[in-house]
Amino acid sequence: MIQYQLEQVTKVFPRHQIAVIGLDLEVHKGEKVALIGPSGAGKTTLFRMLNCTLRPSAGKLFIDGEDIERLHGKRLRQMRRRIGTIYQQHNLVPRLRVVHNVLSGKLGQWSTVQSLISLARPKDVALAYDALRRVGIEDKIFARTDELSGGQQQRVAIARVLVQEPEVILADEPVSSVDPSLASAIIKLLLDICESLHKTLLMNLHSVDLALAYFQRVIGIKEGRVLFDLCPDKISDGLLDDLYSGHLPDFQEEKAPDEASRSLVYQ
Amino acid sequence: MKRQDLSSISKESKSLFPYLFAFFFGIAFIDSWRRAGIAPLFFFEAQGREHLWKFVRGMFPPELSSQFLSLMLQPALETIQISVMGTLIAVLIGFPLGILATRTFSVSGILNDAEIKGAPARFAARYSIYFCARAVLSLFRSIPEFVWAFMFVRAVGLGPFPGVLAIGVAYGGMLGKVYSEIFEGANERPLEALQSTGANKMQTFCYGWLPQVLPNFVSYTLYRWECAVRASAILGLVGAGGLGQQIEISMRMFNFQEVLTLLAILFMMVAAVDFISAKVRAML
Repeated sequence: MIQYQLEQVTKVFPRHQIAVIGLDLEVHKGEKVALIGPSGAGKTTLFRMLNCTLRPSAGKLFIDGEDIERLHGKRLRQMRRRIGTIYQQHNLVPRLRVVHNVLSGKLGQWSTVQSLISLARPKDVALAYDALRRVGIEDKIFARTDELSGGQQQRVAIARVLVQEPEVILADEPVSSVDPSLASAIIKLLLDICESLHKTLLMNLHSVDLALAYFQRVIGIKEGRVLFDLCPDKISDGLLDDLYSGHLPDFQEEKAPDEASRSLVYQ
Repeated sequence: MKRQDLSSISKESKSLFPYLFAFFFGIAFIDSWRRAGIAPLFFFEAQGREHLWKFVRGMFPPELSSQFLSLMLQPALETIQISVMGTLIAVLIGFPLGILATRTFSVSGILNDAEIKGAPARFAARYSIYFCARAVLSLFRSIPEFVWAFMFVRAVGLGPFPGVLAIGVAYGGMLGKVYSEIFEGANERPLEALQSTGANKMQTFCYGWLPQVLPNFVSYTLYRWECAVRASAILGLVGAGGLGQQIEISMRMFNFQEVLTLLAILFMMVAAVDFISAKVRAML
C-alpha cells in the first residue's frame, strides 16, 4: 500500500523563490524514512506539503491514493487529522497548560463546542496523562507550557501526536533543540511508536549520523531535488560530500537576487 | 552590471527623501501655526491674563455642599454605566469583525495556503469578507463618537442610551482595528501546528490565537474602557446623559465652582478605572 505518491511536485513562493522542484517520491505504509540535506534545501516546505499545510504549485501529490488538489474545507481537515506533525520548536502554545496542548491533538475529532468546553474543563485528562506517561513527563500535566524546558516541550509535542493517533507521523527536525543523549532517545521513542502501531514515519534530520544509524531508507535532498534515495550502507562519503558541497556559496547566491528585488521595491 | 545600476538609483532616491520630508513638514508646521490661530502672546497681555485669572478664580472654592454632591451621585453612576455598556457593545462589534479583518486569519499566510490555492471562488469569498470587515470597522471609527452621539440623540432621543450606542459603535471600530493588529502579531507556528491536527479555524483561534494574545487583548480593552469613561463625559454635552450633561449645565450657568467639583469627580473615576485595569493586568 502506498502512503505518499509525489509526481513532479514543485513549490514556488510568491517572490519567485523556488523551494521544491519536480520532486518524485513514493513512500509505502509503515515505512520509516529519514530525510537529510543542507538547510534551505526545501525539506520543511516538502513536509508542509505532505501534511496539507501548503499546496504544491505544480505536480501531483497523492496521500493514500487521494489527490490532495481536490481537498477543501471539511475533507481537507479530515485528511490533516490523519497526519501528525512534530515540529522543530515553538509550536506549542506557551500560555496554555500542558494538558490543553496535548489534547489539542484531538481538535480534529472534537466539535468546536466540545473543544471550547474542554478549555474550561479538560475533556479527556486520562488520555493526556497516558500520552505524557509514554514520553515520561506525566507529572507536568497541569504545568504551564512555557515553564517547561526545551526537551520537555518537545516531548509534549510528541504526546500531542500520540493523542491525535494519526496514520502518518512527520517529524521536522524533532531533535535539533535537545541535547544529543536525549536526541537518540527521542528518535528511538518515535521509531518504537511507529513500529508498534504500524504508522508511517518521515523524519527530517540535521544529523547525518542519526539518520544513518536508525533508518533503513535515507533520502538526500538538495536545492529542492532528490539527490539520492538509498539504504544507509549504500550511502558513501562521496555522496554525502556532494549533498553538502557548495552549501555556503549557495547561500550567498540566494541572497543576491533578494537584495536586487529589495532595491527595486524602494525605487 | 545591472544590479549596480539599481543600487545606485535606490541610493539616490533614499538620500533625497529626508530633505523632501523635512521641507513638507516645515511647510505643514508653519501653515498649521498660522491657520490654527496660535497666539502665545495672549498669556502675557493684561486682558488675557485677567480673563484666565477670572476663570480660575471662579472655580474656587469647589462646590462641596452635600446637597450638590448627592445630586451628582446619579449622573456619576450614569457615566460609569454608559462607559461599561458602551464598551461591552464595542467588544461585541469589534471582536468578531476584528477576527475577520485579521489578514492571517482570513486571506493569506501559511494558514490559508492549502485552502485557497487553486480555488479562486473560495479566495474571492474570503477576500470579500475580509474587505467588508475592514471597511465596516474603518467607517465606524472614522466618524468620531461625538458625531455618532449627535446622530443617535436625534434617532433615539435624549438620555444615556444614545451615549451607549455612540461609544459602542465608534469604539467598536477602534477595538476591531487594534484587535486585528494584535491577532496578526501572534506567532503563527503554534497555529500551523494546531491546524495540522485537523482543527478548524474557530478551534485554532480559541486554542492558539486567543491564549497567545490574551494579555494584550485584555489590557487594550481595559484601556478603551478608561477612554470610554472620559468620552461619556463629553457625550453628555450633546445631551447623551451622565456627568457631561451636568458639566454642560454648570458651564452654561457660569457656575465654575460646580464645574471644578465635576472635573474632580471625573478625574477620580478615571483614576479608579485605571487602578482596576492595572490590577486585572497584573493577574494575567
